[in-house]
Amino acid sequence: MSASSVTVLVGGEAGQGLVTVGDFLAKALVRAGYEILVVQDYLSRIRGGHNTYCVRVSPDPVHAPPENVDLLVALDQASLALHGPLLSPGGLALAGEKTDLGGLPGLNVPYSRLCPRPVHENMAALGVLAGLLCLERSWLEGLITERFAAKGGDEAALNLKVFSDALDWTRESGASFACLPPPMRREKRLFLNGNEAIALGAMAAGVNFCSFYPMTPATSVAAALVAPGGRMGVLTEQAEDEIAAVNMALGASAAGARVLVPTSGGGFALMVEGVSLAGMIETPLTVVLAQRPGPATGLPTRTEQGDLNLVVHAGHGDFPRAVYAPGTPEQCFDLTFRAVNQAEKWQSPAFVLTDQYLADSYRAVAPFDLEALPPLDLPGLETPDPHGYERYALTENGVSPRLIPGFGEHLVVLDSDEHTPDGHITEDLGVRVRMVDKRLRKGRGLEADAVAPSLAGDAAPEVLLACWGSSLGACLEAAQTLRERGTSAAVLHFSQVWPLVPESFLPVLEGAGRAVMVEGNPSGQLAKLIRQETGFAFHGLVTRYDGLPFTAGYILARLGSPQGTSTVAGEEVSA
Amino acid sequence: MIPIDRYGNIETAWCPGCGNHAILGAVKKALSRLELAPHQVLLCSGIGQAAKAPHYLRCNCFNGLHGRGLPPAQGAALANPGLAVIAESGDGCSYGEGGNHFLAAMRRNVGMTLLVHDNQIYGLTKGQASPTTAQGQVTKFQPGGAPSLAFPPLAVAVTLDVPFVARGFSGDPEHLAGLIEQAVRHPGFALVDILQPCVSFNKVNTFAWYKSRCYKLGPEHDPTDRRAALDKALEFGERIPLGVVYRGERAPYRPDPRVRRPLATSRPDLVKLAKILEEYA
Ligand SMILES: Cc1ncc(C[n+]2csc(CCOP(=O)(O)OP(=O)(O)O)c2C)c(N)n1
Ligand code: SF4
Repeated sequence: MSASSVTVLVGGEAGQGLVTVGDFLAKALVRAGYEILVVQDYLSRIRGGHNTYCVRVSPDPVHAPPENVDLLVALDQASLALHGPLLSPGGLALAGEKTDLGGLPGLNVPYSRLCPRPVHENMAALGVLAGLLCLERSWLEGLITERFAAKGGDEAALNLKVFSDALDWTRESGASFACLPPPMRREKRLFLNGNEAIALGAMAAGVNFCSFYPMTPATSVAAALVAPGGRMGVLTEQAEDEIAAVNMALGASAAGARVLVPTSGGGFALMVEGVSLAGMIETPLTVVLAQRPGPATGLPTRTEQGDLNLVVHAGHGDFPRAVYAPGTPEQCFDLTFRAVNQAEKWQSPAFVLTDQYLADSYRAVAPFDLEALPPLDLPGLETPDPHGYERYALTENGVSPRLIPGFGEHLVVLDSDEHTPDGHITEDLGVRVRMVDKRLRKGRGLEADAVAPSLAGDAAPEVLLACWGSSLGACLEAAQTLRERGTSAAVLHFSQVWPLVPESFLPVLEGAGRAVMVEGNPSGQLAKLIRQETGFAFHGLVTRYDGLPFTAGYILARLGSPQGTSTVAGEEVSA
Repeated sequence: MIPIDRYGNIETAWCPGCGNHAILGAVKKALSRLELAPHQVLLCSGIGQAAKAPHYLRCNCFNGLHGRGLPPAQGAALANPGLAVIAESGDGCSYGEGGNHFLAAMRRNVGMTLLVHDNQIYGLTKGQASPTTAQGQVTKFQPGGAPSLAFPPLAVAVTLDVPFVARGFSGDPEHLAGLIEQAVRHPGFALVDILQPCVSFNKVNTFAWYKSRCYKLGPEHDPTDRRAALDKALEFGERIPLGVVYRGERAPYRPDPRVRRPLATSRPDLVKLAKILEEYA
């Protein structure tokens, strides 16, 4: 095992409480001051099947999913067969007392003795983990009390006893595993995943209306808004379908709400006409698209970065838009805030592209600095000249003064047909051209406001790994390994993928010895988009589309091949 | 009463003799009697001939997509309950393309009014069968007769306990104005299905056809009796009842009471958000 980071993988059937073990462990570690990264793998079913919850922990920052497993908590037999081969030297498998470890180094935990009922096995597993990693008892005891107190009765006491007995059993059994190096952090951090960070960013941006139709992995954005959202005054409505969700949001937006619509690829496909409507009526709309493998229903609970083309090109006709692709929960918060504000400022739709991996990936995150947030771009409510008011007045930057109906004598007329400056249907083809030009002029403003790609590592490196969205961490780790091996390397991360402003990244691409695009889709969607916009052809492409997130090892293994390309899906069993 | 000319006097693109003209007049009359000034009203529509109505009326307007008049209308009504929100569209738009939204809106029961210009045909796309075209009725596009059963909007609405269900006829705009007035006043979702001859494409359900069949519901009809209402809602053929078919008492949609509206004036409470962040620690 590596000294700097430890990976714990809990495997079992859905419904066995593996998320509880993982969650408790990860959250306790964050509270204690460690860095963590969680990868969740689950099947599209509620019970049974095989799921995993994998926590990588270290005193130092961790960016990407791990390659190996140090502690394998096998809640079922399948876990041993599936993940046993990933066990690192010195690693241990934990299984029930009757389970045949099949030659793997490990422990048979006497669950039947430690647990009054099988439902408590996960608490026992937690106790064993705490013992093996030499965690302080109090870190977990506090959390267990907190969580189970709400359930009332003697649940908390019962769980505490199981945890504590299992911990004692571990110490007495003399089982040995490396203790975690002490934590480095002292200041408080949050334990949250990408989708929760998106919901928090939205609330900070004043989002007060969310219409949605459930679709994994976007649903948890709505869930994270619903629970605390009520207190923040957010009206959430489960629409009858995605078409309704987006149109309802546009109606609310027109009436002055700040709106967010979370969905996934298939749902977004249904929203596309509504996206064009947002472009035409110039009414702010922010859509969060949590990607999963497509087409159609694809792999519902797995990850991919396959919807860039869809989002960049969604809609008929031309209209400007902004598309963000956060790489970390921190960026999820910042870019969602930004998307909502940009949609408002430019009265053009904005999109946040996340994916299942990032959506479900918990990290230790510094509390967001709410006081440092830029001011909100807000529409006017009244005008001194209600009768002269024109919703689509032709302006220099393309942005017309946006007012809200019902707050004064002015009338707001919005129309999906081509319209005159006062909003009414027209078939005057000269007006058509002036309106198209007006709408497109906003694109210049969106370009000026675009977030430049960030460069991490050597300037003019031998190897440049370009990426977008959630692959950031795996690329950073791969570049680090390259540097350790003596190759100068850097990562160019696009956290905004549209509009592309060539001056902000082309010199970097051209200055690299070898520029390789790393993308979670089979065709290299961003690489193609960049080529289309700039003519720059990447020297290589590393793709992944087997439903699993990138790891540094995956990228490094494929960098060696002549094109830097290998797309053999499924050949790697990953946590 | 607000003078009718406050709602404008705008030239329309409708065919001469079309029932839409009278419906527009009835809407203006109802608004004027309701004392709703143009800026207090938001008219939402989809696409079609009927859906152009909001352009011929001076008020706030959200003219969206085909079949999608209802979702934005509900979104706006939820965002600002102070606005009088009226959705207005054709039978194809409201019951066909927007059928799922119609069903959901009836169940949701947001306070707003839906006016359907029901000409039993597609006007703007020139004469295809609509959901309310009678089964077997021949059109240019259905030469063998419309194959599907006609959709009964009022019966569906009564079944779903829509609190206000009425039928009007463009041939009696004064009566219609009264229905619209009552619909807008009624809390919750209100439906007025309005029979409207399309002189260009519907050669069966003409003005004379409607005129000879329509009759007004009298005091003998008790609109609060749901079973009687369902009978009246299903009556469509030789005789067609006009008036308030059903008046129910289902409670309108109530969002989370912590959501303070109008949403346009709400600002994020960062102190509260900081507390929410703490819960993630
Ligand atoms: C998505 C979409 N599909 C089709 C159309 C074409 N379309 C325009 S109006 C219309 C039918 C309108 O019929 P109805 O709602 O009965 O209104 P009317 O014109 O009779 O008033 C159709 C199909 C469209 N605009 N958008
Ligand atoms: S086509 Fe029919 S519905 Fe449309 S305006 Fe002409 S008569 Fe009226």
